[in-house]
Amino acid sequence: MDKNMTDLARRNFFGKAAAAAGLAVAPGVMLYEVQARPADQAASSKVRWGMLIDTTKCNDCNECVTACQTENGWGAGSDNEQKSSDRQKAQWIRKVKLTDKQTGHVQSLPLMCQHCETPPCVDVCPTGASMKRADGIVLVDKHICIGCRYCMMACPYKARSFIHEDLHNQKVVAPRGKGTVESCTMCVHRVDKDGTPACVEACTKADRNAMVFGDLNDPNSTISMRLKEFGGEQIRADLGLNTGVRYQGL
Amino acid sequence: MKNVQYLEIEGNSKGYLALLGFLGLIILGALGAFYYMEHNGHWVSNMDNQIVWGTPHVFAVFLIVAASGALNVASISSVFNKTAYKPLAPLSGLLALALLAGGLMVLVLDLGHPDRLIVAMTYYNFKSIFAWNIILYNGFFAIVAVYLWMTMDRTMAKYKKAAGITAFLWRIILTTGTGSIFGFLVARQGYDAAIMAPMFIIMSFSFGLAIFMLVLMASYNWTGRPLGDALVKRLKNLLGVFVAAVLYFVMAYHLTNLYATEHHGVEAFILRDGGVYTQLFWFGQIIMGSLVPLALLYGPTGSNRKMIGLASVLIILGGLIQMYIIIIGGQAYPLEMFPGKEVSSSFFDGIVNVYSPSAPEFFLGLGGIGVALIAVALGVKVLKFLPTSLADEDVDPHHK
Repeated sequence: MDKNMTDLARRNFFGKAAAAAGLAVAPGVMLYEVQARPADQAASSKVRWGMLIDTTKCNDCNECVTACQTENGWGAGSDNEQKSSDRQKAQWIRKVKLTDKQTGHVQSLPLMCQHCETPPCVDVCPTGASMKRADGIVLVDKHICIGCRYCMMACPYKARSFIHEDLHNQKVVAPRGKGTVESCTMCVHRVDKDGTPACVEACTKADRNAMVFGDLNDPNSTISMRLKEFGGEQIRADLGLNTGVRYQGL
Repeated sequence: MKNVQYLEIEGNSKGYLALLGFLGLIILGALGAFYYMEHNGHWVSNMDNQIVWGTPHVFAVFLIVAASGALNVASISSVFNKTAYKPLAPLSGLLALALLAGGLMVLVLDLGHPDRLIVAMTYYNFKSIFAWNIILYNGFFAIVAVYLWMTMDRTMAKYKKAAGITAFLWRIILTTGTGSIFGFLVARQGYDAAIMAPMFIIMSFSFGLAIFMLVLMASYNWTGRPLGDALVKRLKNLLGVFVAAVLYFVMAYHLTNLYATEHHGVEAFILRDGGVYTQLFWFGQIIMGSLVPLALLYGPTGSNRKMIGLASVLIILGGLIQMYIIIIGGQAYPLEMFPGKEVSSSFFDGIVNVYSPSAPEFFLGLGGIGVALIAVALGVKVLKFLPTSLADEDVDPHHK
């Protein structure tokens, strides 16, 4: 009898100790969730990465494009694609100048893959090489891309490029290859290490502050709060693609 | 009706060997073009990141569409029980297989990674109409092959009707799939239209029958076998109906677009301001490819075989031009991302994209036609595809 009482007391003690330990560890666990994602862990649909571009702060500068080229090794960021004509060279991000036909109002904005929630490029890809990660980033799996270019026909933003010649010395973070299609990766290699895409970083560094990157699913993120307060438009919103890249002042 | 006798062609005349040699050269040219483009990369072609599908796709899609239509004659006999068409069914099936093989060859050899064909066969995204088409094309080969077997092996005659109906339904689905490659593209102004699927079906009837007419008349002329006037007349009248039907669909497509303000830009581009595309549309597709053939087929020249042959050639050329306008013209017109704004960028946004076919692209595309025709030429030599006589009294029991 005494022995049983002792066992119960011990059990209670261990139970309480375990609960206390759990409480002590819990904040750490919570913290761990928002930290960089380990390589062996799948991307989570709890986050949706997005970008907000304030066209009123964007001017003629080209910092975002240059930063992307340097980061991912295309255009001026590499000595590749020498044989390809200007029309054949890849462009992951470009500055677009808009002039209103009625008023003459001029705007400038960066245009890249809009990382749609329902991307037409993913729909049409016969092999599934065009794919969307759980966290909303749209990518091309270069291993199973057969180079049919149907995704390029389907993209409403002309965001994709086909590689017309052999490449060498690619960046480790951005493998590219002849005969496959590529586009903006939202600097997925940086994002997975808790970083910011190169274009956004460059825009901020140049003190333009026209680009914000963040989690659209988190109501407390800067991007969500700004979108809530000021709103944001999608390019070709009529298609209902729910793009991850939004624009202000369009 | 007499019992129709089928016999292989002799196929040892100088003319026959010259034909094989000529087609062989065309195929060699295509293989050379393929090697050149794949070895160097597509930079040696005139395709780029604005016009991503070029001349090879014009030929490939044309041949795939025509393949489905070439089966028409077989369907009319097996599904709709028209006795006069029965002796033509084997050739119709053979031509369908040959055209599809030619078209697919071009499509595959233009891929950025033709070496990954096995990937296309093993990784499927079932939301992609392209993936469905891969299944539809492979299925077409199998079903038409079985249909030919049931047709040509008299012990299997009882299954012929079922095989014929299956092939008929399959090819309607197949061409729906081909048209939907464009119909499902929401991004571009020239596409994104449900009418693409039925329009491609009626285009397949027209292009496929035009090619069938030429192959039929040429093979009976060159082998000296009789081909009845009444049979040719039936076929050419049918061809005319198909040409007119294509015109109707083209008209319905453009009228619908002309009504909607959002499509005025692309319509003005094709119909009025598009330079080479406008000229190709009016002079190539409408006048040369549709109105002149209709006049040749139904006018006083309608009983002249040379004129029927000429009409068929013009329909084929008009069909290639129509594909060129759909595929290249559809991409040349800029994407409309910012309505009401003038757009400019380093990536050629907002401007009409420039393109002209390069030699390797053209020769690769032409090779598809070469493959299709050589397959027919060899097919009729090794198997009994062609009746010894297609004289009217031999094919039509009611012919007087």
